[in-house]
Amino acid sequence: MELSIVDSIIDAHKSRTWALISILQDIQKHDGYLSQEVIRRVAEKMEIPLTRLYEVATFYRTLNLIPQGRHNITVCAGTACHVRGSNRILNELTNFLNVEPGGTTEDGEFTLSVVNCLGACAIGPVVVLDGKYHGKMTSPKVKDLLIKCRSKA
Amino acid sequence: MKRLESIQDLDKLREAIIKKNEAFERTVTLCGGTGWRAYGSESLSNIFKDKLQAKDMDEKIRLIFSGCHGFCEQGPLVVIRPEGILYCKVTEDDIDSIISETLINGKVIESLLYEDPITGDKITYEKDIPFYKAQKRIIFGQNGSLDPTKIEDYISIGGYTALGKVLSGMNADEVINEVKEAGLRGRGGGGFPTWQKWSSCRKARGNEKYLICNCDEGDPGAYMDRSILEGNPHLVLEGMLIGAYAIGSEEGYIYVRHEYPWAWENAGIAIEQARELGLLGENILGSGLNFDVDISRGGGAFVCGESTALVASLEGRAGEPRDKQHLHTVDSGLWEKPTNLNNVETWANVPFIINNGAEWYSEIGTPLSKGTKIFSLVGKVKNTGLVEVPMGISLKEIVYDIGGGTPDGTEIKAVQTGGPSGGCIPSGLLDIPVDFDELTKAGSMMGSGGMIVMDQKTCMVDVAKYFIKFLEGESCGKCLPCREGLKRMDEILTDITEGHGKMGSIDLLEELALVMTDASLCGLGKTAPNSVLSTLRYFRDEYIAHVEEKKCPAGVCTSLITYTINEEACTGCGACKKNCPYEAIEGERKKKHRIIAEKCQKCGICYEVCKFDAVEVS
Repeated sequence: MELSIVDSIIDAHKSRTWALISILQDIQKHDGYLSQEVIRRVAEKMEIPLTRLYEVATFYRTLNLIPQGRHNITVCAGTACHVRGSNRILNELTNFLNVEPGGTTEDGEFTLSVVNCLGACAIGPVVVLDGKYHGKMTSPKVKDLLIKCRSKA
Repeated sequence: MKRLESIQDLDKLREAIIKKNEAFERTVTLCGGTGWRAYGSESLSNIFKDKLQAKDMDEKIRLIFSGCHGFCEQGPLVVIRPEGILYCKVTEDDIDSIISETLINGKVIESLLYEDPITGDKITYEKDIPFYKAQKRIIFGQNGSLDPTKIEDYISIGGYTALGKVLSGMNADEVINEVKEAGLRGRGGGGFPTWQKWSSCRKARGNEKYLICNCDEGDPGAYMDRSILEGNPHLVLEGMLIGAYAIGSEEGYIYVRHEYPWAWENAGIAIEQARELGLLGENILGSGLNFDVDISRGGGAFVCGESTALVASLEGRAGEPRDKQHLHTVDSGLWEKPTNLNNVETWANVPFIINNGAEWYSEIGTPLSKGTKIFSLVGKVKNTGLVEVPMGISLKEIVYDIGGGTPDGTEIKAVQTGGPSGGCIPSGLLDIPVDFDELTKAGSMMGSGGMIVMDQKTCMVDVAKYFIKFLEGESCGKCLPCREGLKRMDEILTDITEGHGKMGSIDLLEELALVMTDASLCGLGKTAPNSVLSTLRYFRDEYIAHVEEKKCPAGVCTSLITYTINEEACTGCGACKKNCPYEAIEGERKKKHRIIAEKCQKCGICYEVCKFDAVEVS
């Protein structure tokens, strides 16, 4: 990622510390993760000790320090989804993709994530594939979804 | 729009907007809450707009793409006013007929009406739907009447009149006193009297004071705060403005979860519009009041809902809480300055209290819990959605009269309130009134308003394990009781659900829970064992069944259950065999199927796909 983009994002937020998480999130939008180079640049430009920035980047769940897959599939693990069987869906995905939550498949195709709650409880269990919500999911349906996504690629 | 220099300017603008709106024959509101927006209701709104334009009807019909209406189960919803007709589960294909039949010919379309599941009657009007009838929608009611991205919509329904009232005739003490007399208590979970916080922050030393609106709604299964900020952001801003006037603050922040994109987008738009009109910034409405608000996005850490952790996060640090016993946020919060933090729903209550008076407000609710509360009614319930009810209503009324009971009509086992810090209330206690103190007495808490309905197929040990696992992942790790306690509890609960539990395990769980309650640093750790304590209190026999009989009575814990196919019910359709990922089902088409126990991994897919309830769990 071009470091000038990092600079412009920091400038857009006027380098304000209360916007630090937003800044990191906006930077992350470009590559899906925060590389070491990027983190160093933010620390330097915002005059934040590198150790503290690393602490922040590892503390918050929405920030990634490792490269992500081409597609992201997120299972909502909110209580409403849980009592409607989201666990079975997650198990199915872990088996089918052969990857643990938070991990990326060997071919770099899918990253499997879990989110605490998306607040779309009425349509639970919810699975989000590349930003698109899929409600009332079942294990067979989620498998079809992945197969379709793969064949498109 | 032109900057407003005085309250009179604001009144004139309101009159002009109302006059303009009166020219419309009808208003069509389309619900754009997150649930349905995620499903494409935005494109539905665009198609509607295009079709109205094509028919030259856009000057007669006012189209509002609103926030969440609460009745998520029946969405996407369309409401046609002035009649108040409600159409449910509207799709793209229905738009033409809504325009031609209802908007042009004034006819009601039967097939789109809500059908009462008990009587089978079709209900035409929104006001007659049982789901809405038992509610008292003060805060949430406005959501259906406005487009959150248009400040003029909010102004037209009386928005910013409470601010005008405060600026033109009340001093700071009078405002705080009004909130005191109203009896408003914090809606974020603690139930602390709002006026007391305001008053302490006002009296705190220093000229720089900060206001924070907490929209880091981390409780899984709860989405009321998001729906207020997303569907009516100006209401929250107006509440904050009144707070700023009373406390003497010039700077505020709205801390929003990153996972709520529409909430922070809409709040951002609202702030820009308010600044343009001079409702935020310097010398607001010519009164001399200076106040501005910015948005800060959270990073997905549950602990940041705790005030001191949130402050740390706003300061650009990891969200670790600090001890509050000796230093309160109202004295030393953000950047060590006096800081007043309230939750979204609390701020949203303020304009109503000012406009209608403390007396009106305090008539709603119970002696110690005033006003209404919004709950997110989810789980095994027919009418999933957001409900706003007066405090003091019974849980039974909420889950049965409004929620319609469980989807398959079976008995409710428990209702979980208060999020991960709350507890499970058994069906036998559903008559208790819902208020801050009664829920605490029952071993749970009000929390921010999550209400998860559980039926007989929900395992209470699994529920406790779910919350403990959740909190284990979310514990910031600063203090030992929480960090280690949750880990050990998770291990014990996992043992129990996997059939390795011993009788001593239950006692050890209880002991650990009490130590954590006493010794943890912040609210997260202190309340973390509640799910274990409340399920042990009411559902101890389920724990014992797991430990002694190695059985999961609800049929959830995979290590303790077996799936079998009831040959009498099996039609031989083959759906289970086709979907089984482990080739653990045998049987020819149209003949009885059988599960091969050695191969079965208990994934439960056969149970999910069988349309004839032939797959049984024991």
